[in-house]
Amino acid sequence: MNRWILTTALALALAAGATAAEAKNTLRWASQGDALTADPHSQNEGPTNAASLNIYDPLIRRNAKSQLEPSLAVSWKAINPTTWEFKLRQNVKFHDGTPFTADDVVFSVMRAKAPSSDFKSYFDSVTEVKKIDTYTVHFITKGPDPILPNQVTQISIMSKAWAEKHKVEKPQDFKNKEETYAIRNAMGTGPFMLKKRDPGIETVLERNPNWWGWKTAQGGGNVDEIIYKPIKNSATRVAALLSGEIDFLLDPPVQDLEKIKRDLKLKVVSTPQIRTIFFGLDVGSKELRSSDVKGKNPFADKRVRQAIQLAIDVQAIKRVTMRGMSQPAGIVTSPGVDGYMPANDKPVAANVDQAKALMKQAGYEKGFRVKLDCPNDRYTNDEQICQAAVGMLGRIGIHVQLDSQSKTLHFPKIQKYESDFYLLGWGVPTQDSHYVFNYLYATKKGGKGGWNGTGYSSPKMDELIAKMEVETDVKKRNAFIAQAWALAKADLIYIPIHHQVINWGMTKTLDLPIVVDDAPNFRWAKMAPGKKTN
Amino acid sequence: MLAFIVNRLLQAIGVMLVVALFAFIISNYVGDPINNMLGQEATLQDRAQLKKDLGLDDPAPVQFARFVGEALRGNFGISYQMKRPVSHLIVERLPATLELVFVAATIALVLGVIGGVFTGLRRNAVSSRAIMTISLVGVSLPTFVIGILLIYGFAVLPKSCVHGVHLFGALLFDCADVAMISLPSFGRGDTVDIGAWQSGLLTAEGWRHLVLPGVTLSLFNLTLILRLVRSEMLEVLRTDYIKFARARGLTDRAVHFGHALKNTLVPVITVAGIQIGSLIAFSTITETVFQWPGMGLLFIQSVQFADVPIMTAYLVLAALIFVVINFTVDVLYAAIDPRLRADRVAAGRA
Repeated sequence: MNRWILTTALALALAAGATAAEAKNTLRWASQGDALTADPHSQNEGPTNAASLNIYDPLIRRNAKSQLEPSLAVSWKAINPTTWEFKLRQNVKFHDGTPFTADDVVFSVMRAKAPSSDFKSYFDSVTEVKKIDTYTVHFITKGPDPILPNQVTQISIMSKAWAEKHKVEKPQDFKNKEETYAIRNAMGTGPFMLKKRDPGIETVLERNPNWWGWKTAQGGGNVDEIIYKPIKNSATRVAALLSGEIDFLLDPPVQDLEKIKRDLKLKVVSTPQIRTIFFGLDVGSKELRSSDVKGKNPFADKRVRQAIQLAIDVQAIKRVTMRGMSQPAGIVTSPGVDGYMPANDKPVAANVDQAKALMKQAGYEKGFRVKLDCPNDRYTNDEQICQAAVGMLGRIGIHVQLDSQSKTLHFPKIQKYESDFYLLGWGVPTQDSHYVFNYLYATKKGGKGGWNGTGYSSPKMDELIAKMEVETDVKKRNAFIAQAWALAKADLIYIPIHHQVINWGMTKTLDLPIVVDDAPNFRWAKMAPGKKTN
Repeated sequence: MLAFIVNRLLQAIGVMLVVALFAFIISNYVGDPINNMLGQEATLQDRAQLKKDLGLDDPAPVQFARFVGEALRGNFGISYQMKRPVSHLIVERLPATLELVFVAATIALVLGVIGGVFTGLRRNAVSSRAIMTISLVGVSLPTFVIGILLIYGFAVLPKSCVHGVHLFGALLFDCADVAMISLPSFGRGDTVDIGAWQSGLLTAEGWRHLVLPGVTLSLFNLTLILRLVRSEMLEVLRTDYIKFARARGLTDRAVHFGHALKNTLVPVITVAGIQIGSLIAFSTITETVFQWPGMGLLFIQSVQFADVPIMTAYLVLAALIFVVINFTVDVLYAAIDPRLRADRVAAGRA
């Protein structure tokens, strides 16, 4: 009994002590979904990568305008068609004080290539990573790989010694039932150190005063501490921002943006995201699985696809469904991706009469039935977009039965080629068109066309993709990419809807530039000085 | 009595096995966790390999037997999403739910009993009728609406004050005063670690964070208990033994609280016990609205991600909680109420 009283008294005393605060810049923020793990090579997922890259540095980063800039690599060039040379930054230390060298780069890349890593396809073309001297590394590739610098922007450089000491040389191995040390701990060279990680509850980062980049253009921020708490419920997230309990909200729902803008203490910043939402049509099957048309596939007829595009009014979707927060699109990739051309991206104006005429020409005047597969928890207002499309297609006689499900059920349908008609959104982490073609337009075989659920197979397209993969001459490569986009537009197997627009809500006194991949770079964040911890 | 207990035990085990079977069946047909684990770019070989590694290729009875065996050892596998053992996750999240349920149950019981007694004793008073009408709010408004209204009223509004509160042109409270009544809208605040138990009950911040979710979660049961106590009171007050006590000349206080209340509380405790079981298992909505890091929130997240190990563990755990509570209540009833025991014995003899 006495021990119990003593413990409680001690706990109370500690609690009282714990709430004593010093004036420092603390940034509290929230979003819907936490990072999945602190291990930077385990899960290739947006929020997880964004979190890792505040703790770890990659070799090359992107700046606020999405251009490549040196990070742990100060320079890089292809010294021959199969070798890229990276010169590394000197006098950089990990958070525990140990020096950063080429050994750590070799280790990290090999770790990212491990079978249990989710990042290995970033290095498909790399056969070997060689340390030449303490600050020089060579990447040996199978063939010419013109976009290797783009691929390395997402790969964190981890301390080899730390990983060996804690036995996390490999990212999470599913056969092993234990939790690995790297899930909740980190050792990088980045602007912030991981102080506490409670998955799904709270993550606390602390400023790394020895980071090499604070006084450069890469840094400039003055945040000392970052406290992140995920908040699943959208109303609660907005309430937390409105009540001042958080300073920054990554994903305010579109219907609450006006409310946030009206608040005198808050502001909203927006930018188009590198993610395009579009419909995919099965053009390869002989017969659609869910349609009442037997013996032939209406989607295989280009006139039907054009009619669908003309029937779907993307401006109305922008106005009503997205409340103005979208950028109607003409192709399935967005500004910021190499190979994007504004001329290609003009959205098609809706024209129901022309659509009906095309349907009649194709012999489907009476229309037909088909099932539309849609996710309901992945993209902004994804289900509502599909619902809008159902109404619009009904006008030209296509009776759509909507099947809206969680992404965990929806995505496998696309990957296994089991859907007639589906909604998908595609982001481009490498910011190069090849990523789009490789996954969406290539014939589905081996490692290619993994997300091509349309059955589209064009030898010309496959040829162009193979050429752009290995062409190192920038002008020639851009020409291949341009040809591929022209072919994609002409063949019209995807109906583009819009590029997502991302909005961040934050206090007026916080200066945090928004970027197209929706990742908060806290090294740039400037706050009004002297906020006490709460 | 022993035969009764053994009987109930066997039934409990039977129920658990059936639930385990359902949990296992669901686990085989929901979503594609392979896709979630491997992300958008894994090859077909990777997927096949992972499927084999997780044992998803074995025949169903083998998988089920393995599942039950592991469950009995407390091992529910590794969460697909968080890559951590499910048992660790549950142990981490359970204190949060239990503390929230404790606060909610206390509010519901205390206020419910007091309100029920009050409205039972003063049946036709205006105040009684007012309480009964307002209590309808507790059962008719959905939990998430109540939660969001409370957040808006106590977290957002006080901080949105611009001019202060005026009455007849005079300033009653300025914005700083108004902001003082604000309560946190999400999370648990500062928690103190007592061994493996993360408690929010030891700090002022922890208590402030418990207020809104605790009230939200308690409202339904508060209304239930209030109405139950009231109707029980009304019925007990009509019984013979109460009439005799009054005839004997005992004071109102002795009659009401010494005799009537005790009899009133027996069915109330039964119901309250069962309700606590449902509070623990189904605090999901409240936890989601208030981002309360408990079991309910863990469950909802696991459903969204088709994180089958967590889902099955949660289902089995929720079933276990109900089975244990029902079993306890049954046995206690048989122990307390002689009629139950006598019948059994009589039946056995006849």
